[in-house]
Amino acid sequence: MLEIIVFLPLIAALAIGLGAPARFSALGASIITLILSLVVAVQFNPNVEGSYQFESSRTFMDMVGFPTLSLAFGIDGISLVLLLLATLVMVAAVLVSPQENEIKGSSKLYYLSLLLIGGGAIGAFTSTDLFFLYAFHELALIPTFLMIGIFGHGENRVRTAWTITIYLGVGSLILLVGLIMAVFALGSATFAIADLIATAKNPETGIAASQQTWIFAFLLVGFGILVSLFPFHSWAAPAYAEAPAPVAMLHAGVLKKFGLYGLIRIAMPIVPEGMAALLNVLLVLLLGNIIYIGLVTIAQKKLDRMLGYSSVMHMGYVFLGLAAFNQLGVSGAVLLMFAHGVSIALLFALCGWIRKNYGTVSFEELGGIASQLPKLGLLFAFAAFASAGLPGFANFAAEVSVFFGAFQDTGESLGWLQWTTIIALWGVVISAVYMLRAFRNLFLGTPEKKMATPADMTMTARLPYFLLLATLIAVGFVPEILNQFIRPAVEGLFLVTAG
Amino acid sequence: MPVYFLEIIVVSLGIIMLLVDAFVKLEDKRSIAWIGMLGLVVTFGLLFRVQWPESTESPFWNFYTTGDQMALYFKGIAILTTLVVLIMASDYSRIVVDQTAPPEKGAHPQSGLGEFFALPMFACAGLMLMASANHLVSIFVALETVTIAFYVMVAYLRRNVGSLEAGVKYLILGALSTGFLVYGFAWLYGMTGSMQLEEIKTALSGDNVNVIGSLFAFSLILVALAFKVGGAPFHFWIPDVYQGAPTPITAFLSVGSKAAGFIVLLRLIDPFLSSSELVGKIILAVTVIAVLTLIVGNLSALPQQNFKRLLAYSSVAHAGFLLMALACTPTASQAGEFLSPAKVIAFYLGAYLLMTLLAFLVMTTVRVQIPGEDLTSYKGLAKRSPFLAFAMIISMASLAGIPLTAGFFGKFFVFQLAVQQQQWFLLTVGLVGAGAGFYYYLKIAASMFLSEQDPKDDISAIPVGTLSRIAMIVLIALILIGGLNPALIIGLLS
Repeated sequence: MLEIIVFLPLIAALAIGLGAPARFSALGASIITLILSLVVAVQFNPNVEGSYQFESSRTFMDMVGFPTLSLAFGIDGISLVLLLLATLVMVAAVLVSPQENEIKGSSKLYYLSLLLIGGGAIGAFTSTDLFFLYAFHELALIPTFLMIGIFGHGENRVRTAWTITIYLGVGSLILLVGLIMAVFALGSATFAIADLIATAKNPETGIAASQQTWIFAFLLVGFGILVSLFPFHSWAAPAYAEAPAPVAMLHAGVLKKFGLYGLIRIAMPIVPEGMAALLNVLLVLLLGNIIYIGLVTIAQKKLDRMLGYSSVMHMGYVFLGLAAFNQLGVSGAVLLMFAHGVSIALLFALCGWIRKNYGTVSFEELGGIASQLPKLGLLFAFAAFASAGLPGFANFAAEVSVFFGAFQDTGESLGWLQWTTIIALWGVVISAVYMLRAFRNLFLGTPEKKMATPADMTMTARLPYFLLLATLIAVGFVPEILNQFIRPAVEGLFLVTAG
Repeated sequence: MPVYFLEIIVVSLGIIMLLVDAFVKLEDKRSIAWIGMLGLVVTFGLLFRVQWPESTESPFWNFYTTGDQMALYFKGIAILTTLVVLIMASDYSRIVVDQTAPPEKGAHPQSGLGEFFALPMFACAGLMLMASANHLVSIFVALETVTIAFYVMVAYLRRNVGSLEAGVKYLILGALSTGFLVYGFAWLYGMTGSMQLEEIKTALSGDNVNVIGSLFAFSLILVALAFKVGGAPFHFWIPDVYQGAPTPITAFLSVGSKAAGFIVLLRLIDPFLSSSELVGKIILAVTVIAVLTLIVGNLSALPQQNFKRLLAYSSVAHAGFLLMALACTPTASQAGEFLSPAKVIAFYLGAYLLMTLLAFLVMTTVRVQIPGEDLTSYKGLAKRSPFLAFAMIISMASLAGIPLTAGFFGKFFVFQLAVQQQQWFLLTVGLVGAGAGFYYYLKIAASMFLSEQDPKDDISAIPVGTLSRIAMIVLIALILIGGLNPALIIGLLS
């Protein structure tokens, strides 16, 4: 089942390359994967702790002197949530993509790249073999480069394409070294993540504390670059701003979560002492994300850049959840990954629509859109509120559990973590400021004279936006939809940690 | 079939091709290349039917290894490379004819073409012999067979100044490095009293080794071989020679010559590594060269605008990764636990062969249609010929080391060796180099996909020869297979 979900987008990409109708194939493949992943979610049994479900494994390479490599898939609650996120956003991204005749350049390449980016993310989230987890993520590298370079907007798009590609390329190389160090320090006979964790938990075969610190440092920098952890964030905002809307949705919404997923899945269980040793460094860096980038976000004058920075900023909260290192915090972090992914995808989709219909997303050149298109205004307002963490949306539920998680283990006095959290709480105010400011600048007031009056969206065109918004609201009111999956998985994570 | 028949077959093929060129009246001399290709395919098949001799009494086996899968693997590399080079050469023949046609009237316009197909066969025989050589004399003879064939091939375009310049440079520096090599051999013989590698090994692993003398011998040999494989600071000839030589020959140089250099290096370094007194210093020397090569190769590749020069520096950079693997040789106690550097190098070279030849195949095809080899010549290739652009992207992704390509596993194994040997400095330099690689390899992708086109530009599709197309598809498939399951390739080694 998972194999179909992973390979369908890739096969569709291949088919498009060989001449299948681009938009039709992409849409078909992504809708089928979404349906299949919903089926998986329904059949998933949340009461099984810690182990993978829907497992499949094919031994790929068995060689003397080298760990066995298997093409293995499987999901637990955490990967299930991310799988749902990936398939959902992919459908929305394909839906908001321009029609084939509206694409300047090869529409084949456009849809093919989209499918590769999405398919790579799905593969990475469902792989239970470390090697393929890494390899699937890399699948997105060159398509992203081409998408931003060819179909992006702005004069600097080629430069931006370079920046993101080199940055992420180097990030994954550093990550690769960290992973090699971890695998060979454990002396594991396979690349299966479960085996690696089991070896690491065994006090006799676990990694020595001093070595753990080094490995975690490599993993933190490697994964951190992929998540745009401060100070490795500078690739993110320009890239999202200049990428075509669907790529920004997939990248900011889904692919970026890979780094966080990797930290949860690999770094936390395998080198927990290394993480503990570097926790204070992480706290400082995540404050950089929340406060410094938060302030940078306020200063932006264009919607696309603002959204780019805001997505960097929100990663700080996810890191905070990880830093809390307890069930509540980590579950909150996972939920926040989902919520943020959906909300930022929605915002980027809207941003893309505004750019397409008004020709600009600058705050100065736009205004009063709500008086022209009230429904769009409402949609954007919902999205902005969700992203700022208003109660009733998934983001709120997630952020609250992150904050509670950070305070859960408070002793007599407040530790570094708690102080960090207290400072980080101000980030909520910051994000309210920039989101409301953006809303006021774009939608309230009177329209600028030069502004065009585009036709409102048709009902079909609204579909992807409603899909994302409905998800946000549903999860916001009933977080249990996803928490039922996340909780046992995170419990499993800590269960093994304890034993 | 005895193993040395393989070399005999290839040499005979070369001679037959020369004779056909001289005595048979051919309308189109490209059919000579066909003889070579057909013969090489047969020879490649025969590789799998080799029988090792039952007795090695004959003095011949002092010069030639036996029971040696590694040698067969490298022979396979030599044959495949030559095969693809011949395919390229036959596409490239139009340009060769332009640059070599005799000025007098009535002469066959292709009169300069026949040897262009025959010479690679002799180089190939030399490469194959080199893979099996285990005596200083046979190593030297094989090396010179290859090098002399290359002297001619590099300077083949006799009406092209660039090619002549490349030929002279290669000749002078090649002769110099040969001098170093022979001098090193002489010292080695003086230190150990033998020219047979097994005996040298026994002598060096004994107790009373003359450390200074042996190190001197090793450094002379290392210098000469660094020249062959393009290790810094002995790489200066590479960009100029690569740029000037005819494109198929450049491909041959960059793959065949490098593979041969490394098999010789692996064979020659082995006796030194067995000496407990020498091993530390030897590793240090190789590490220094590896670091220099990685830095010089990768960083000099960054600003290149000429595709051939870019690939030249990339070939230096890959030599750096290969030397890095060599510098991470495990000590005797660890050996056997991990993949040995020899296997890693063999795999890396196999992967390197696939991706480099693919790049050169595309390049030759484009070059025949578009004059000039600058990156700008590839402008808009994605629109003109999506297949060529796709092939190039795969090749570049593999060269840059992106997962699911053979090139990734090459780098993976090398990094893994470095982690195991805790060569952190080397690893850092390797990381920087690989990071730089992302830039310069993607530069080619950028020029194919991203550059704006003039409306005036020719946008008709570039014709691809049938054989070239088949070769490209096979190479792409092999790169992806190697990227999914490198054990298939490494399995050939044992």
